[in-house]
Amino acid sequence: MDPSFIWSELVPALNKGLIVSLLLIVPSACIGLLLGILVGFSRTFGPPWLSRAASAYATIFRGTPLLVQLFMLYFGLPGIGIYLTPYVAAVAGFSLCSGAYHSEYIRGALLSIKSGQIRAAESLGFSRVKTMVHIILPQAMRRALPGVGNELIYLIKYSSLAYIITCIELTGEGKILAAQTFRYTEVFLIVGCYYLLLVSLASVGLRKLEDMLRVPGFGKG
Amino acid sequence: MAEEELLRVEGLSKTISGTSILSDVDMVVRKGDLKVLIGPSGGGKSTLLQCINLLLFPDSGRIVLDGREVTFRRKREVLAYRQQIGMIFQEFNLFDHLNALQNVSIALRKVRRMSSRQAAERAERELERVGIWEQKGLYPAELSGGQKQRLSIARALAMDPAILLLDEPTSALDPELIGEVLAVIRDLSQRGMTMLMATHQMGFARTLAQEIMFMEQGRIVEQGAPQELLSHSGAEQSRTLSFCSKINELYA
Amino acid sequence: MLESLLAVKNALPYILQGSLVTVGIVLGAMLIGLALGLPMAVGQVYGTRPIRYTAAIYVWFFRGIPVLVLFFLFYFGLFNALNLNLSAIVTAALVLGLRGVAYQSQIFRGGIEALPHGQLKAARALGMSDTRAVVSIILPQVLRTSIPGWANEYSIVLKDSAIAFVLGAPEILSRTHFVASRTYEHFALYLTAGVIYFCLTWAGVHLLHRLEKKLYIPGYSS
Repeated sequence: MDPSFIWSELVPALNKGLIVSLLLIVPSACIGLLLGILVGFSRTFGPPWLSRAASAYATIFRGTPLLVQLFMLYFGLPGIGIYLTPYVAAVAGFSLCSGAYHSEYIRGALLSIKSGQIRAAESLGFSRVKTMVHIILPQAMRRALPGVGNELIYLIKYSSLAYIITCIELTGEGKILAAQTFRYTEVFLIVGCYYLLLVSLASVGLRKLEDMLRVPGFGKG
Repeated sequence: MAEEELLRVEGLSKTISGTSILSDVDMVVRKGDLKVLIGPSGGGKSTLLQCINLLLFPDSGRIVLDGREVTFRRKREVLAYRQQIGMIFQEFNLFDHLNALQNVSIALRKVRRMSSRQAAERAERELERVGIWEQKGLYPAELSGGQKQRLSIARALAMDPAILLLDEPTSALDPELIGEVLAVIRDLSQRGMTMLMATHQMGFARTLAQEIMFMEQGRIVEQGAPQELLSHSGAEQSRTLSFCSKINELYA
Repeated sequence: MLESLLAVKNALPYILQGSLVTVGIVLGAMLIGLALGLPMAVGQVYGTRPIRYTAAIYVWFFRGIPVLVLFFLFYFGLFNALNLNLSAIVTAALVLGLRGVAYQSQIFRGGIEALPHGQLKAARALGMSDTRAVVSIILPQVLRTSIPGWANEYSIVLKDSAIAFVLGAPEILSRTHFVASRTYEHFALYLTAGVIYFCLTWAGVHLLHRLEKKLYIPGYSS
């Protein structure tokens, strides 16, 4: 280990990469979650054609490797005339993939909510949309939170795949520097530490969120 | 009777997946009445209540509330109508993610569009009325069965319903908790609340109901004042009476 | 369109050979994960404090670092420094296996903790040693209840095996990429690769589901 290399070369490069990583993770997480909610609701409450289409989407994106999806978006789409920059392809791939997983957790949560909740809301004059927004969604998100949180943590780790389609983020910066200096062990241990930190921070944050949203006796049956 | 008619149901029928659940039900509820529906399970009591609240749409028939015929072609009208009808469910159906106060205030805020403060004030009054003000911060899972049902009554009352429909409100409760819920209902009745209640509580029906209706196989078979239906006089024993004695045997 | 189909047809045998490599990597990784994950789970539940902490740090490390970074770290870094000359395929299986230990130990730990209390006590009361009790009473139950978790783990490892592309392991995605960069039929070829992965996922999960049904014991919920 060479401290001067680490502090004067590695860390500045990795910090630059970290920003790109965050620019990949945050939008993908938001779009993915939104997509997951829409798809989850469509699968559960949508008319048959929509529900089937949404399920097919989720099955396809959960059944194939994310890396293949990224290759499809980045290398495959130009074949039918659609050109995406590495960054856009990465965000699109991450959002589509995590949306599919989110929809699974959200669907499970929606199915676990008893029909009496809907009837009670309707008996008070809630419209269909208001019932979903004020009664069903808050309950479903609490139930889905552990799975959804896990998926966000996966997203942090899988954001490293952006490097393979030439979007140079944290892992990419590390790879470039390692290849120049042949200090693979040092570089990737430190890169690993960056991810460990991100993942640990996210876990702590999610646990805090779960505690904050905890409702006595809710989610046990 | 002198009281004004509040709810009139005419020729209400409902078929669910090929089975006729309600056939040609007629009934009138007058202002201030406590009307009790009794009869065997599967007789259509619950379906009738849900049809009156339009949680289920009847296949045919008319519903007249306060002199105005209810149309349920437009969504808006259905939602507005439901607000005038309070509904109490056997299994409470409280919103499990909200505390007692929020359970009462959410419809005020989101459906009635009251400010949070106004809604909370109103909700507190309703909780006080049913005697669970002290539990306002607790979540449904932390309440006893009786408290849960009282909370669900408060939730319905907050919307100022013209009539309260109660679908076996005490059937999911432990025997020692039934009394506190019945006391709230008695109190409401004495203050002039119009109510239509499906129940198996015969003693309660006998002493408080203005009228009893006996339902079987989707029809109202008998109806009348409790004294008429539940007295042993007369040559023929009424269906209501024989059903009641069966129930009493079971619960004795 | 016709050209694309022709390219897929020509490349298919070559890519399908890669699925053997993929399956080999996945099986190797799953077996390493099983062989080490099971004892680690037992250690996490019944072990002494140092054992539990060591296991927890191991799990934290391997669950917190992306597979891609692990591949680089081990293949170009640690294995090189240790003068281990491992092929890309073996490295992929080994690294996915070591990470699988972390994941699988969590599956089995959950299974052990979900067992009704008193199983261990009952076994001891019959005069079994603790080791005997774990091997004969606890693990057979846990392995059964862990099958759904295992199916999930299979599908994760299968999909992550595609990342071995960066090591140049001749698995499905590497071969697809190789052909695609020569024929310029990226769209059709990656679609083909996707279909192959999808079939492999489905087949494995289906197989494990059948195993679960076969091992079903009445009244025993998993």
